[in-house]
Amino acid sequence: MKYFKALILVAFAALMLYASIDLPYRGDPDNLMHNETSMTGSKVAGHYYIQEAYHDAKTPNMVTVVLGDYRSTDTIGEQVVIFTAGIITLLLLRKHKEE
Amino acid sequence: MRTEFDSPIILLGARLLSPYIMLIGLYVIFHGHYSPGGGFQGGALLAASILLVRLSGGKVTDPLQIKESITTPMASLGVLIYFGTGFAAILAGGLFLDYEMLPLGMDPAYLRNTGILIIEIGIGLAVMAVLIMIFDNMVRGEDL
Repeated sequence: MKYFKALILVAFAALMLYASIDLPYRGDPDNLMHNETSMTGSKVAGHYYIQEAYHDAKTPNMVTVVLGDYRSTDTIGEQVVIFTAGIITLLLLRKHKEE
Repeated sequence: MRTEFDSPIILLGARLLSPYIMLIGLYVIFHGHYSPGGGFQGGALLAASILLVRLSGGKVTDPLQIKESITTPMASLGVLIYFGTGFAAILAGGLFLDYEMLPLGMDPAYLRNTGILIIEIGIGLAVMAVLIMIFDNMVRGEDL
């Protein structure tokens, strides 16, 4: 059984390594996600962000524009998650006076 | 939780380090437009600077910095800054979180820049207050 587990692990690692051969190189401008249209012909969002982020918000940091402007509804959700975590510690860990 | 200073050297070291960590935290928040950083990271740094003094000082020094009762309203204020920015855009006739419609009287592109800065401040405030809140509740929850 021990060797069977090890065999599964090695086989999975081999599968992952084989799959990673086909991954594109990081930062290559010809990558699929940097193209103007995807394989199915729809427009790629990242292409628009790279081209227009500075003109839209006059901010050199593209990540900040995506996080704070294009995807700001996602960021408000993250903030509410953190706030909820704080409120839950307030409700659970505080010892309230018994009635 | 300790109530007295066991070691003045630790307290002195923490007091020496704390303002610089806080300064770096503010830098990370306000320089997030030009370099890696933003509200979450800067808020964590601000919380670290305050928790350092809390850990080394004990109960006596806490009210001098940020009172325990203030952290929950601060976290709420941070969320409200973010939400209020989005809601002000609705009231001005735009969509939710559409910074171009904020009534500040600037070019639309610079208005977006300012809107991002405002929400980053809100995020930083909320993250800092929530981290201090979690620490306070975990440490002091028992000895009420």
